[in-house]
Amino acid sequence: MNDFTDNIPTTSEGYYGDYGGAFVPETLIAALEQLSHEFDAAWADDDFRAEFDRCLREIAGRPSELYFAGRLTEQFGGAKIYLKREDMNHTGAHKINNTLGQALLAKRMGKRRVIAETGAGQHGVATATAAAVFGLECEVYMGTEDIRRQALNVFRMKLLGAKVVPVESGQRTLKDATNEAMRDWMGSVEHTHYILGSVCGPHPFPLMVRQFQRCIGTEARSQMLEVEGRLPDVVVACVGGGSNAAGIFVPMIEDKSVAMVGVEAGGRSLDLGDHAAPLCLGDPGILHGSHSYVLQDADGQTAQVHSVSAGLDYPGVGPEHSYWRDTGRVRYTTCSDDEAIDALMTLCRSEGIIPALESSHAVAEAIKIAPTLKADQIVLVNLSGRGDKDCNEIQEILARREGK
Amino acid sequence: MTDLQNNRLIQTFADLRANGKKTLLPFLTAGYPDSRTTTNMLSEVERRGARICELGVPFSDPIADGPVIQASYTAALDGGFTLAGLFESVREYRATGGPDGGPGGLALLAMVSYSIVYRYGCEKFCADAAAAGFDGLIVPDLPLGQADNFATLAASAGLCNVLLISPTTPQQRRIEIAKASSGFVYFMSVAGITGERTVLPPSTIEAVAELETHTDTPICIGFGISSADMVEEVCGTAEGAIVGSAIIHKINDAVAANAPSRQIVETVGQFVEKLLQPIR
Repeated sequence: MNDFTDNIPTTSEGYYGDYGGAFVPETLIAALEQLSHEFDAAWADDDFRAEFDRCLREIAGRPSELYFAGRLTEQFGGAKIYLKREDMNHTGAHKINNTLGQALLAKRMGKRRVIAETGAGQHGVATATAAAVFGLECEVYMGTEDIRRQALNVFRMKLLGAKVVPVESGQRTLKDATNEAMRDWMGSVEHTHYILGSVCGPHPFPLMVRQFQRCIGTEARSQMLEVEGRLPDVVVACVGGGSNAAGIFVPMIEDKSVAMVGVEAGGRSLDLGDHAAPLCLGDPGILHGSHSYVLQDADGQTAQVHSVSAGLDYPGVGPEHSYWRDTGRVRYTTCSDDEAIDALMTLCRSEGIIPALESSHAVAEAIKIAPTLKADQIVLVNLSGRGDKDCNEIQEILARREGK
Repeated sequence: MTDLQNNRLIQTFADLRANGKKTLLPFLTAGYPDSRTTTNMLSEVERRGARICELGVPFSDPIADGPVIQASYTAALDGGFTLAGLFESVREYRATGGPDGGPGGLALLAMVSYSIVYRYGCEKFCADAAAAGFDGLIVPDLPLGQADNFATLAASAGLCNVLLISPTTPQQRRIEIAKASSGFVYFMSVAGITGERTVLPPSTIEAVAELETHTDTPICIGFGISSADMVEEVCGTAEGAIVGSAIIHKINDAVAANAPSRQIVETVGQFVEKLLQPIR
């Protein structure tokens, strides 16, 4: 799985430009240092990498397909639209790549228990799955608002043997679940590994998660070269915490001809409280242990956020994205709830794929970009997950729309 | 650190030491149940004999705090807490909050997340906190090694920057933290979140005794201390005991019973007096 950008030193002690760091209580410092050290050693160890690759192949079902969306292209092109089918992975999203990597690492460190936070439940399911595979005890923190929205995934986690811990504090979504997971970890670091689900949080999580997710971009890059003999002109991915986007961007970040677009949740409106778009509409701040763009009020209290998609419903974002935003390497934009649902419907009818609400944000942007490009150009979309988990939510939304 | 020569927190510890006294550091949530009551509580704990007090600055995402303190933060924020309001309350306490309506004399610390300080602007936060009447800051999510110029900024404003040590902190790092901390060193009795416990791990006391051989800075123990007996035990070795959740718990009970503000203040005062008993 090595590729030429594998050793880009984007981080020195966990910083990407000004962003990143480890702004956490002292109790976690030793654990983070140990984790950083263990991850570096594991990542440099051929045996660990071979075992990780085996897990990706045999458990996640990788490589995921690169799919030419012919009918979608016919409808919107301009450019040819390709989909990187992370929705075809075991458990239904890209999240499994990271949880297999971190569970392997937990085993290597001799930890017998793993914990996780989850929003949409995809990371929770992927963690529960990896825990079952490796025989680890597993607890997943989840806000009660998300438990309501994602009942199917809650049941899946329980089936897989995980305990789902409801979180009642704050807005009862991903941010609050992350707080609770961090609190748990502070009292349990000796025997517990925290499988953080995105490229967020204190160092080394943003680096580690991005490395475990880079298989997406490494595969897509070589598949693209094989099928088209060239790299895509634009790569589009949705950004909540930013792990699927980092995973597909990083292996092509040095390919200057490839433009990159990250799509944040535009929600109901662009007023604070109605969206979840810190890169487009927030300011640099500190949340969950790292310096990055965040949505806050003037006193530094974390703002309310909203997105139709539970997986994007988060006021922060990974520090490397903040770096790419400031350097201009990646363009970040928003997609509203309504546009995402329209894009979801479009992909269902044109390609027979029910995408996750999260990924639908990327699809919406791709079908805006494709008509502006020429027929010999290529737009690559990271279709990060499938929409089965969202069906109840979508059903309610469509019923409300018809009722209007 | 010449900027800290006249710092009230440092002077208070020097005075306590000169008199062979140990101390209690009560923790109150600023703006809980409301800012007027908080100001009155400061006056009350001073009247009852406390010398130092920590004010927790409510934050939406306090990852180091347990459920009791987090709930008080949420309640204060729902009640309209703002930093401007906090600074105003502290100014008022400094002006007229002392015994007999004179200047309030407690050494005051703000326990505040770096998220808030950073957003406000580090330099401006230090300046405004000092001008309001704070003597020190405890920024629990700004560990040694991150933004280390912050201590200098705080000192330039005349504020101590108190660092924390955890049972998980390796020995060498403990010494480095003790060296970098000003005012006192905050030693957490347990790895984990704030909250009441009935016994302290004996290793904590041993660790503090060991660390005292490496530093002249006073060491205070916090997290999990909930009774006068525990204060006595802690102060056998450390120079101070920090009590947070147990006090907030008393406030919760009073609030739940619909007690008027005056009675809540009285309840806190009585509890603080009880906690002070063994170290009088």
